[in-house]
Amino acid sequence: MPVPLLDISALTFEADHHPILDRLDLSIQPGEIHALLGANGSGKTTLAYVLMGCEGYAPGGGRILFNGTDLLPLKMYERARLGLTLAWQEPARFEGVTVREYLSLEKPDFDPAPVLKQVGLDPDRYLNRRVDKSLSGGERHRIELASVLSMNPKLAILDEPAAGIDMLSITHIIDIIRALKAAGGSVLLITHQEEVSLIADRASQLCAGRIIFSGSPREAVDHFRGRSCVRCDGEVCTYVRP
Amino acid sequence: MSDLEDLRRTLPMVGAEPAILDDTRIAHVVAHGHHILSHRTVPGVRVELEETPDAIIGQLIVEAGAQIAQPIHMCFGLAHPTGVQQIKIDVEICEGAQARVLSHCLFPVAQSAEHRMQAVMEIGPGASLTYTEGHYHGPHGGMRVLPHATIKIGPGARYFSDFSLLSGSVGTLDIDYLVEVEADGLAELSAKIFAHKTDHITLKEAVMLRGERSRSLIKTRVVLEDQAQADIVGITEAYAKGARGHVDCMEIVQGRAHASAIPIVRVFHPEAKVTHEAAIGSVDKKELETLMARGLSPEQAVEMIVSGILR
Repeated sequence: MPVPLLDISALTFEADHHPILDRLDLSIQPGEIHALLGANGSGKTTLAYVLMGCEGYAPGGGRILFNGTDLLPLKMYERARLGLTLAWQEPARFEGVTVREYLSLEKPDFDPAPVLKQVGLDPDRYLNRRVDKSLSGGERHRIELASVLSMNPKLAILDEPAAGIDMLSITHIIDIIRALKAAGGSVLLITHQEEVSLIADRASQLCAGRIIFSGSPREAVDHFRGRSCVRCDGEVCTYVRP
Repeated sequence: MSDLEDLRRTLPMVGAEPAILDDTRIAHVVAHGHHILSHRTVPGVRVELEETPDAIIGQLIVEAGAQIAQPIHMCFGLAHPTGVQQIKIDVEICEGAQARVLSHCLFPVAQSAEHRMQAVMEIGPGASLTYTEGHYHGPHGGMRVLPHATIKIGPGARYFSDFSLLSGSVGTLDIDYLVEVEADGLAELSAKIFAHKTDHITLKEAVMLRGERSRSLIKTRVVLEDQAQADIVGITEAYAKGARGHVDCMEIVQGRAHASAIPIVRVFHPEAKVTHEAAIGSVDKKELETLMARGLSPEQAVEMIVSGILR
């Protein structure tokens, strides 16, 4: 078994004395696309924030090794410089900042046109636009993915990357996720969309802060869809019961 | 070195090239204190200024129907650490004329100095004026600047102003603009200021939408750090059918700086509408974290966000 790129063990996180992540274990191999499924409130996005080191998301216990390095003492940008990044479900908007600048952060010689093309946006139309509220939700999502591509990360955490994207464009999103893998990266893919999750190499189901199932994406989707949750016995995952 | 040369060398601080003063196609005025050091006019533009012991007084007129291709540069300043400059100017953009005025206010070595501007601008029917005002007050924080203006925008006329003070210290800045807009007229006022140390900004912009279908936007972006403070008031009053106004104020506060933003909107006609938004606070956390998740340090992320806001 190769050494995991991401190795999480017994990770806990509480908010207002309420456990959100409960001794969570998860590992992701180099080059793996790993889908994370779970009902609303199961802890998926919290896990993403804890991994990235967002403010207010310091875990109460456990360990996170990234490429053999303990992430917990590191600040957010230090984690990013190790090759970890996060694409938010609702990406931030930046007044006055152009798409070109946003995709070329601290890389003055970087040509952002190819990554824009990769996400299906015409560089001639978009490079000089602002990453502000003039962009639609779908456009902003694509630019967020282009930003992740431009970083060439070892592990990209994508939180609902296809949210707000029209059905025809979902294949584009799938291509982007595959491109991240083809470039040698891994992806932790948080999604509710079955057709997106099925491109993963492995998938895990999260319930009440703990991984309750890991296996193939098809198995995970079927597990998520067709059964009472073994952990909450339907208390949390009721809406997925048949 | 001459006062003219001192001011000329400072033009790049407000984004202007010194060579504009040599270009015979470009109208300009350069004044140090109450002395006019250089001026040129072009066809369609009349500049009549008089030096007095207490002020430079005069008028700038763009003749009816004139389309002035090159911006008119008005360069006012003080080349010395101390002094007073007062400008009283009437600007008239006659019917159907179009012009751009770039006003450069340069006080590169000011330690204890004052600049007062009292302007009355009239934009005639169907005319258009774009007025860009760039300030540089040097590094010492010893400048006191009071630009006060009344702007009358005629029927179907358009007025765009853009005030910026983005490098060096502000000192004390007290802006007071009153804009009256007649039917189908448009006023867009933008101000961008970066304040540091003990800088103090008072900014009051008031737009009166008097005519039917008159429109306005007041957009203010202020970033404060250290112990700087700002009090921003954006007023829009709509008096006529179809009048539309919006006030948009954002202040980013860092360190021990403090700020207030007061949008005042009043509507006196049932078919008029004025909206406002005001935000004061630190740099947006999500924007900051997004950039840090791409590897920027907190300092680099703040710099990028702030420079975007002030663009």
